[in-house]
Amino acid sequence: MSDTRPFAITLDVGSSLANRTGDWRTERPQYVRRLPPCNHGCPAGEDIQAWLYEAESGGGGYERAWRKLVADNPLPAVMGRVCFHPCETACNRAQLDEAVGINSVERFLGDEAISAGWELPEPHAVTGKRVLVVGSGPSGLSVAYQLALRGHHVTIREQAPKPGGMMRYGIPAYRLPRDVLDAEIERILALGVQLECGERVGDLRAAMREGAYDATFLAVGAHVAKHTEIPGGTASHVLDAIAMLHGLEEGEPPQIGRTVVVYGGGDTALDAARSAKRLGASAPLIIYRRTREQMPAHATELAEAEQEGITFRWLSTIAGVDGGELKIERMELDENGFPQPTGEYERLSADTVVLALGQDADLELLGGLDGIEIVDHTVAVDEQMMTGYPGVFAGGDMVPAERMVAVAIGHGRRAARCIDGWLRDVPARPEPQAELAAFEEINPWYYSDAPRTVRPLLEEIRRQSTFEEVVKGLDEASALYEARRCLSCGNCFSCDNCFGVCPDNAVLKPGGAGAPYAFDLDYCKGCGICVTECPCGAIEMIPEET
Amino acid sequence: MSTPLPFYQTGTFAVGGRLLDEDDRAVQSDPERSNAITKGHRACQGCGEALGARVVLDAALRAADGRLVAANATGCLEVFSTPYPESSWRLPWIHSLFANAPAVATGVAAALRAKGRTDIRVVGQGGDGGTVDIGFACLSGMFERGDDVLYVCYDNQGYMNTGVQRSGATPPAARTATTEPLGGHSGNSFGQGKSAPLIAMAHEIPYVATATVADLRDLEQKVTRAMSFHGPRYIHVLVPCPLGWGSATGETILIARLAKESGLFPVFEAVEGRITSVARIRHKVAVEEYLRRQKRFAHLFAGDGRPDVLARLQTLANRNIERYGLLDDADEPTDIGLLDALATSERGPV
Repeated sequence: MSDTRPFAITLDVGSSLANRTGDWRTERPQYVRRLPPCNHGCPAGEDIQAWLYEAESGGGGYERAWRKLVADNPLPAVMGRVCFHPCETACNRAQLDEAVGINSVERFLGDEAISAGWELPEPHAVTGKRVLVVGSGPSGLSVAYQLALRGHHVTIREQAPKPGGMMRYGIPAYRLPRDVLDAEIERILALGVQLECGERVGDLRAAMREGAYDATFLAVGAHVAKHTEIPGGTASHVLDAIAMLHGLEEGEPPQIGRTVVVYGGGDTALDAARSAKRLGASAPLIIYRRTREQMPAHATELAEAEQEGITFRWLSTIAGVDGGELKIERMELDENGFPQPTGEYERLSADTVVLALGQDADLELLGGLDGIEIVDHTVAVDEQMMTGYPGVFAGGDMVPAERMVAVAIGHGRRAARCIDGWLRDVPARPEPQAELAAFEEINPWYYSDAPRTVRPLLEEIRRQSTFEEVVKGLDEASALYEARRCLSCGNCFSCDNCFGVCPDNAVLKPGGAGAPYAFDLDYCKGCGICVTECPCGAIEMIPEET
Repeated sequence: MSTPLPFYQTGTFAVGGRLLDEDDRAVQSDPERSNAITKGHRACQGCGEALGARVVLDAALRAADGRLVAANATGCLEVFSTPYPESSWRLPWIHSLFANAPAVATGVAAALRAKGRTDIRVVGQGGDGGTVDIGFACLSGMFERGDDVLYVCYDNQGYMNTGVQRSGATPPAARTATTEPLGGHSGNSFGQGKSAPLIAMAHEIPYVATATVADLRDLEQKVTRAMSFHGPRYIHVLVPCPLGWGSATGETILIARLAKESGLFPVFEAVEGRITSVARIRHKVAVEEYLRRQKRFAHLFAGDGRPDVLARLQTLANRNIERYGLLDDADEPTDIGLLDALATSERGPV
């Protein structure tokens, strides 16, 4: 039989592939990258979801993760210790069980990099441009790193004997061991950044002229302690917290007695009290004029301080110092939440009072520069991070912003883009921001239930007398576990769900890096199942053009 | 710190995952899967049956090394896949009548045996109309004779192809074209119902299971397990129908998940007439959450609503939860024999 037509039919057999069901569609799906809340919350501008994605693989993924991390922040081992992680506050997983321990994974990666000796990327070709950075705190180091990568020549002037700014002279060693800090600074300097310590810049204009700099980044921080008028408080046993912490670092521990009172409610107050405890004070007392809830100090630090035996007296002010006694006035909150004096006093014995009332920037170096605007002891900058004086940029604690390491690193990163644009005469444009991946975009059904791993704390007894690091890191297994708790909000993590659930086989899996799936719009009917069933909210429907 | 490792973001809840070994991924995550039904079929947007049939047959094809024949009852699955002379099927496939798919499957199996081709396996399949109502005598006969066929029912709870009429699998209170909620009637009546899985168990056949399109891995595993037995086997898959149920086309899987999580559709497997495992409820929901997303139950929420009807439906779900041990703290149901199940049976899976 030469007739190959199947038995008993008159038409040729055909495949349904001839039927392009894509014509039915009124809406089409498309893959999107939404902004994960952690990235949105990170003042340093890290792409957290992206580096967690790499870390989730374990093994070689850790180095890939670290490389993504240091693209934005060259100090991950530092930040993994001292950051107050607003990323975790923003984390969508908190609405499922607990936020992902982003900070502890960051620290794990930072520590891995130090022990494995991973190096920062090679700088681009030399541009011949020269930039002066005044101050070697987090914003100064961050800007120097980013500018060096772009091929500019960077000189950092630092007035202290060692680099690091508040990371060295403000944050005690039990929170940030100095070998870690040194290692991460060393790595930046290895890119060719020139560091001159013990060099105070007194006259910026002169310094810029002498060094023939094309641009300057000011990052002098805020090191001048604020004072308050305490009657009788000129006696020698009143000292300020910032000088105390600075002295500790220089190997000159302050003379304090057994009963220490710290006045203030910020992180510096806690650092001072916890340091005093380690120096032999029996039970340092923190006096703060508002309530516990109003304390600007961060909750984790407060909790650690309480565990170490620091005591607190809320709604109180020091009205006077008289020999070994303090006169304490009780305060009351008015209807606006402001503390008001009550006229009720009591006396408290104390042999040392430490003032931790905040700090101001030392802006003396700006003398003779026109156009610089000072707002409330800080230097105003525009959206390009530039001061009123062309070519002079500023960031960190000396500009109006929240004072924390992550913010300073973010300032440095942003300023580097702007300075680079200034040097090339192409103003930097704001970085595009994707739509936020809110919890409502997530399909939580798909995620395995998993509680958060918590970093072990140094046993309390050891913390009372030593400056050894309090919070230990995660081991590799726990760090991997923690990384894999990431929901990957708004960004595909290759779970194959869209590929598996499409009733029309209209999701293709070409398998390319970065874009693992694609829609076959010849056949996609636009039902939207892939959108509903995408665990992480990385697909959206858009109206079909008619 | 003792952490159970490895931990995976989505574990086995998603279809696949780049972190999982190949063996731990679903058949549906494989770019080389058979795609037993190919693109261009004419199923409605968001069709649960098109998805369910592909998942079942791809898994069966893998289990049978690609040597598989399917016999199909009349119904949506047949109509949308095979408008003459076009076909979406990528395996040998035969359709005869509405009522006789199990008998045709039996005949195919017998013919293959006569030719000595015992390497080729046979699947019979149909919707709930062709299985629970019209083809029921043939199905029962296939069970009773012990024919070597896996029969799969894709249950969308009505005659959807012909315009959404009531079937023996339509749940109580649902609106269909033949159970309009008029004059005080609240849709389909509360009756004894007809649970095809329990009836299949009564035939003491080697393997019976229920599943939904909300858990593709569970469905695949049941198909694979069924293919490891010889003799008659039965799998009953809940496949939501956006057209007939009045649900959003993108919510097909979500609706199936809510059916299972509310307890209205118990997911279990049974060997030789005894239930051996159940899929536990992971996040329990009230039946209302399931019902509200479907226009076929809209009359229960219109005006003052019908809290009395809702309460009866919730009672059905609660009975399933208790009978099948669907909650985490429940005892394993391994000792539930068919007679125990039948003794309390007013109504099977809704």
